[in-house]
Amino acid sequence: MAPRKTERILNLTICLLVTRSFLPKSRIREIVEGYHDLSDQAFERTFERDKEELRKLGIPLQVGSFDAFFDDEPGYRIERSAFELPSIELDAEEAAVVGVAARSWQHTAVAESTRSALAKLRAAGIEPDASRLGALEPNVSANEPAFEPLWHAVLDRARVCFTYRGGTTRTLEPWGMTSNKGRWYVIGHDTDRRATRMFKLSRILDTPRRVSKEGAYEVPADLDLRALARSLAPEEPRAAAVIAIRPGRAPGLRRNGRPVEAERLGQLSHAWPPGFDVVEVPYADLGYLCEEVVGYAADAVVLEPAELRTAVIEQLRRVAATRSAPRHYAPSVGSPVEGAVR
Amino acid sequence: MSPEKTEKSATGQTAQAQVRRLLSLIPYLRQHDGASIADVAEAFGVPPKRIREDLNVLWMCGLPGLSPGDLIDIDMDAVDGEGVIHLSNADYLTRPLRLSADEALALILALRTLRGVTATGDRDAIDRALAKLESVAAEGPDRVAGQAEVAVTGGGEDTRATVTEALRRGKRLELTYDVASRAETTHRFVDPLRVFVLEGYGYLDALCYLANAVRSFRLDRIASIRITDTDVAEHQVQLRDVTKGWFDALKDAPLVTLALDRAAAWVAEYYPMESVTPADDGGLTVTTRVSDPAWLRGLLLRLGGGAQVLSPEDAGDSAADAASEALDQYAALAG
Repeated sequence: MAPRKTERILNLTICLLVTRSFLPKSRIREIVEGYHDLSDQAFERTFERDKEELRKLGIPLQVGSFDAFFDDEPGYRIERSAFELPSIELDAEEAAVVGVAARSWQHTAVAESTRSALAKLRAAGIEPDASRLGALEPNVSANEPAFEPLWHAVLDRARVCFTYRGGTTRTLEPWGMTSNKGRWYVIGHDTDRRATRMFKLSRILDTPRRVSKEGAYEVPADLDLRALARSLAPEEPRAAAVIAIRPGRAPGLRRNGRPVEAERLGQLSHAWPPGFDVVEVPYADLGYLCEEVVGYAADAVVLEPAELRTAVIEQLRRVAATRSAPRHYAPSVGSPVEGAVR
Repeated sequence: MSPEKTEKSATGQTAQAQVRRLLSLIPYLRQHDGASIADVAEAFGVPPKRIREDLNVLWMCGLPGLSPGDLIDIDMDAVDGEGVIHLSNADYLTRPLRLSADEALALILALRTLRGVTATGDRDAIDRALAKLESVAAEGPDRVAGQAEVAVTGGGEDTRATVTEALRRGKRLELTYDVASRAETTHRFVDPLRVFVLEGYGYLDALCYLANAVRSFRLDRIASIRITDTDVAEHQVQLRDVTKGWFDALKDAPLVTLALDRAAAWVAEYYPMESVTPADDGGLTVTTRVSDPAWLRGLLLRLGGGAQVLSPEDAGDSAADAASEALDQYAALAG
């Protein structure tokens, strides 16, 4: 029955919290309800497990000597200053944002952590009132099965082992987790490769297993997850393409680009459809820009560079070839690069 | 291993979760003497029967010895009668337990998520709350707060500030919005209803006068925004439950099956899929729901032949035709 265990752990907590001196195990066994009926062996086992429960609850257990003359038997107590939530006061605005934010987590276990955090704040006299900001609805989800084991491993600083896409087994000292565009990543020290690595959780193929005790490594004191995650973000644009865009279309390209100056328009080697806007679009990765441009089909025409224009046309041909039945007529398409000079 | 280790009560909660709650419940009830079971249940986010179970545990607990004077005192007549709670004789638990690392981090990440869609005023309150929470976290502020990050794409400051103000003052908005799936820019008037964050992006839900229905607008795709002097109208609308994700909104959309080659396999983890099966050539066969044919057309074009539509047979033809049309245009321009 859970209530028995719940009662015992609560009574143990109260007992260790009110004691002035360290209490030896034998004394705890006498005075805490739930221990006296147990055999020696069962008591030892139960007490060890209960200590572990206290630790998991975040209750700081102090171990020390209860008596200068018998210092071979350890004593236990809970130091009040380490146990109690320090004084915290939130004004109405702060309490409101905490109240709204507390509803964010969709992941069951983390939602439970948020709930108990909020219960503690309420117990400290804070009244989060989410209704003040009723029109705000933040959500954080974590649907990847690897999320929960990694979240706890990060908090406990426990080394983990998992299979990554491609079938390789990786051993990682996870430092932290970061979410970008709704996808979770774990960053840490890859002990096999002896390097800092980042893994996408959706590409972890099994459940990460712990391969160390807690506190097995140190997280770098200057850890900057934002900076590390940024280093994975797309590269800074190094080149620019010139693209003609149908009015009102291809907003993504238009937003990243800027109009081409009039004098340059005259120097372009390709013609563009009448009425189209000619825009200069910076890019870092030609392949990525090519995909984007092909996505806009006839609404975007690449004028420069030739390399991009060729790539776009080749990709358009591949897509055109996927038609399930032939069209009524097949237009002949001349090579656009050669012979394109006016 | 004893079965006690993972034992759960009949209601399915672990002893750990219950102890956690009890340690907050005691100081809470001391501060809110005479609170009703219903109110306490709401404050703790659990069903009332959980609180009732908690009380049954609490009055069996107290100082070592557990003689009547040592036990926590709960007026069970008041609980059974008026449904209100009077708790006493627990002067040793006046403060809740510290925030544990997981609790602090969960709350900090939630606040950072909210921060991504708020403008100056609320954001300042979030920053102050974050600083206070980080300072009371169990293991020191630096360690916990630095261990996880959430990035939210929530549009520019101007967009967020204007949306916040319109919601607060109840004013209609004028939007220029990029519709990604149709690749066009639109102009419309909307009555703002709420702002939400889902999967890393901030959105505005609003009644749109162009569509005459509720629409979700991704904040970063709002190209320009202006608050009007018009008050919003009364709308009897049921906003959908965004916690179910986008997938739920697609549940009635037609199914499309695609063969993805190796290079296009990322699609399977990027978009919600009904099924994913590895194929012999190292690619994947996936089935997904498509509510907007324009979205599928754009995707097939971007994948450049890396995806083949298996069924319905002609679902990819509009992409092939769009590609042919674009090729014709290149050919014509090349003269």
